[in-house]
Amino acid sequence: MSDIKGTENKSAIPKDDEEKRVGVFVCECGVNIGGVVNTKAVADYIGTLPGVKVTSVNKFTCSDSGQADIQAKIKEHNLNRVVVAACSPKTHEPTFRACIEEMGLNQYFLEFVNIRDHCSWIHMWEKEKATEKAKDLVRMGVERSKLLEPLQASEVPVTDKALVIGAGVAGMQSALDLADMGFHVYLVEKEPSIGGRMARFDKVFPTNDCSICILGPKMVEVARNKNIHIMSYSEVKAVDGYVGNFNVKIEHKPRYLDVAKCTGCAKCSEVCPVEVPYDFNEGLGTRKAIYVPFPQAVPLRALIDMDNCISCKACAKACESKAINYDMEPSYTDVNVGVIIGAVGFKTYDPEPRHDFGYGLYDNIITAMEFERLLNAAGPTGGHVVRPSDCKEPIRVGFVNCVGSRDKNTNIYCSGVCCMYTIKNAQLLKEKRPETDHTIMYIDIRTPFRGYEESYNRSRNLGVKFLRGRPVEVTEDPVTKNIKVRVEDTLTQEMRNLEFDLMVLATGIVPNEGIGQIQQLLKLSKAADGLLMEAHPKLKPVDTTIDGVFLAGCASGPKDIPYAVSQGSACAGRATIMLKNKKAITEGITAVVNPDVCVGCEVCISMCPFQAIRMDEQAVKANVVKALCKGCGTCVAACPTGALEQSHFKNNQILAQVKNVFKFQEVAA
Amino acid sequence: MSGVAGQTAAKTDGWEPKIVAFCCNWCSYGGADSAGMGRFQQPASARIIRVMCSGRIDPLHVFNAFLEGADAVLVTGCHIGDCHYVNGNDKTKIKYKYLENVAHELGIEKERLQLNWISASEGEKFANFIRDVTAQIKKLGPSPLKPEGVA
Ligand SMILES: Cc1cc2nc3c(=O)[nH]c(=O)nc-3n(C[C@H](O)[C@H](O)[C@H](O)COP(=O)(O)OP(=O)(O)OC[C@H]3O[C@@H](n4cnc5c(N)ncnc54)[C@H](O)[C@@H]3O)c2cc1C
Ligand code: SF4
Ligand code: SF4
Ligand code: FES
Repeated sequence: MSDIKGTENKSAIPKDDEEKRVGVFVCECGVNIGGVVNTKAVADYIGTLPGVKVTSVNKFTCSDSGQADIQAKIKEHNLNRVVVAACSPKTHEPTFRACIEEMGLNQYFLEFVNIRDHCSWIHMWEKEKATEKAKDLVRMGVERSKLLEPLQASEVPVTDKALVIGAGVAGMQSALDLADMGFHVYLVEKEPSIGGRMARFDKVFPTNDCSICILGPKMVEVARNKNIHIMSYSEVKAVDGYVGNFNVKIEHKPRYLDVAKCTGCAKCSEVCPVEVPYDFNEGLGTRKAIYVPFPQAVPLRALIDMDNCISCKACAKACESKAINYDMEPSYTDVNVGVIIGAVGFKTYDPEPRHDFGYGLYDNIITAMEFERLLNAAGPTGGHVVRPSDCKEPIRVGFVNCVGSRDKNTNIYCSGVCCMYTIKNAQLLKEKRPETDHTIMYIDIRTPFRGYEESYNRSRNLGVKFLRGRPVEVTEDPVTKNIKVRVEDTLTQEMRNLEFDLMVLATGIVPNEGIGQIQQLLKLSKAADGLLMEAHPKLKPVDTTIDGVFLAGCASGPKDIPYAVSQGSACAGRATIMLKNKKAITEGITAVVNPDVCVGCEVCISMCPFQAIRMDEQAVKANVVKALCKGCGTCVAACPTGALEQSHFKNNQILAQVKNVFKFQEVAA
Repeated sequence: MSGVAGQTAAKTDGWEPKIVAFCCNWCSYGGADSAGMGRFQQPASARIIRVMCSGRIDPLHVFNAFLEGADAVLVTGCHIGDCHYVNGNDKTKIKYKYLENVAHELGIEKERLQLNWISASEGEKFANFIRDVTAQIKKLGPSPLKPEGVA
């Protein structure tokens, strides 16, 4: 025991003689805090603590008047420490740091106590306990604040280049905007062509314009732009460094041909004897082992799918430009960039494993993505929607909405786009073949945004039927292969037995393959839906908690195309602030070695994931390289002698909080 | 430790344990924020202390919390693989084994020291964790290490 207490001398700090004059500002956050916590009682109690010179309760401490109150009281009471008891430091600490800094106080003299998210919001019906807890939390903060030391935030230079990961419509937009502002962009796309999902659609809601006709020119624009370096069929393998200075390793998967020589003529495909399901068509139809991804692909170059190649070498003979090289290995490029935009998109929910609504059991049930490809004039059937069992064009088509969405057995969230794309798809087929009959089975129809409700009305006018209910039983007629559905019309409360020639599942938006790897490489969080998390759902929708890393498009939640494009532009705008200023501010929090105490055991060196600790020239004392230290404090907790401290999270500061969880002084008195 | 029996007997239904929860800035602290944003109600027992990474949590902090009167101490951080600083939580995991052993030596019941990985979006998980630990501690009563008269 004694040695545990004994290690307290770890926290030996230089004497700070100035008297601590603490001001405490308790926020009511409207009724968010004030409706539960008795803020006045908290302020009154805190006012009795030694060193607290003034307390104040504000309706909204973050408002202009709230901040003015802080500044006035700093002046009036000559405060040298400020405690704000309000919401979360994760969102509001910068506001108050700037507020006190304006008054000449070091910004690290602010202590932020969370009495909303961690108190009033989670004890809504226990007002007294919440008030007592708030008192504890603020007391902890006050005692910590007295031990805070001044620090300097550091400025880091920003390399004026950007990396965009994922070249769907969102990532392309980011790349174009940044390039047009004069910054060099590396655009990394894991597929052999840029374009993302949108390249596969026939038409896009709500206006039903031809998808590739609007996307194609954009893809070409990206390719032509001198500031954009497309790295297709490539993946990010390692990310090192920090805002302003990320070192990124990119792997280029071998295409088994020289892209500089290949002209995309596809003569090789003509002679290749191997046929495999065509991934771009959702596995419908076939492609060859050597193929050009699709006619509008950018770059328009072939590649060999080595998994299926039988090495007959027919393609090498057919290729006039002698581009084929069967021995190609992956190659790598290292780039240095100042900012990173993640736009890795999504994939659609896979109904196969659970056989949702009979998918995978019966031939004539397909997904919406498959339907999109069938509708597409460039698709496997030249734009004829046929059913898989007999390649006949269906008359009666059923659509099931919310497959893999709004379902506690799969995903509880709404994928946002499925109502609209189902309406679109029913409309498109109805227009092509007016004799067809369409029934959309839905939970709710959601049509926000301009033109969406109008599109819904249009489909009704065309004769598309809407049935509110989810199929409870789906079977197949063994002879006709038609799909039989039992479904309750929940508006009339009647059980209906319907028969369709083809049924289409509106599968939802789920995280893309490899999103976990991107998350780990960029050090991001995932939200409850498994997609990447933004810094703040309202106010920082394209920022992340990692400085210099931004998110656009479906990578951070289900979105339609206009929303994804807006986010692409938003990311470019946010990133430009750093790229243009050529500098970014980073936290001043680092590890610090006390050379008088360090015995040179090197334990800390093995702890640091960033190789920020080195031995000094005589190899007797540890040295923290400030520019490399990210201030996690792991080395500090490991140092056996107490020579290491973490600024702003020093042992004495943390222990002050620990001690003040409890009210022992009072009871003892 | 003489007062333990008396204290345990004296516990009432209204007794709220005091739990010190160490959270890392990037994940579990965010999880606690998300619990708030989602209004996931939980007992008013936990007092959160924020550190940048779970790797910063020192045995010194944990045992001081017990000596000061914590009925339970929670060590929390990002899921393995998700640590903002690459692998601070791997080190926490190793350290935690040591903490468990020492806690055992000191006669601290295992429910009083718990490790959990909670992401910034797992508000409900955070709330459930606090609720579960609080229920377990209410059964055990105040910590045997709690100094006399500490609230
Ligand atoms: C069936 C269906 C129909 C739809 N119809 C419409 C419509 O009509 N109108 C509309 O507005 N919206 C529609 N949407 C929504 C639309 O698809 C999305 O809004 C849009 O595609 C989002 O663009 P994105 O760039 O975020 O993602 P994506 O289009 O998915 O692009 C992401 C890109 O990143 C790449 N990538 C992924 N991981 C990596 C990695 N690790 N490294 C490098 N690159 C990577 C991918 O290969 C892809 O090219 C529909 C969606 C579905 C499912
Ligand atoms: S070598 Fe491979 S890719 Fe080329 S033609 Fe033969 S099977 Fe096709
Ligand atoms: S605080 Fe973290 S990053 Fe800094 S030297 Fe220590 S272990 Fe390395
Ligand atoms: S930052 Fe959360 S455990 Fe390291």
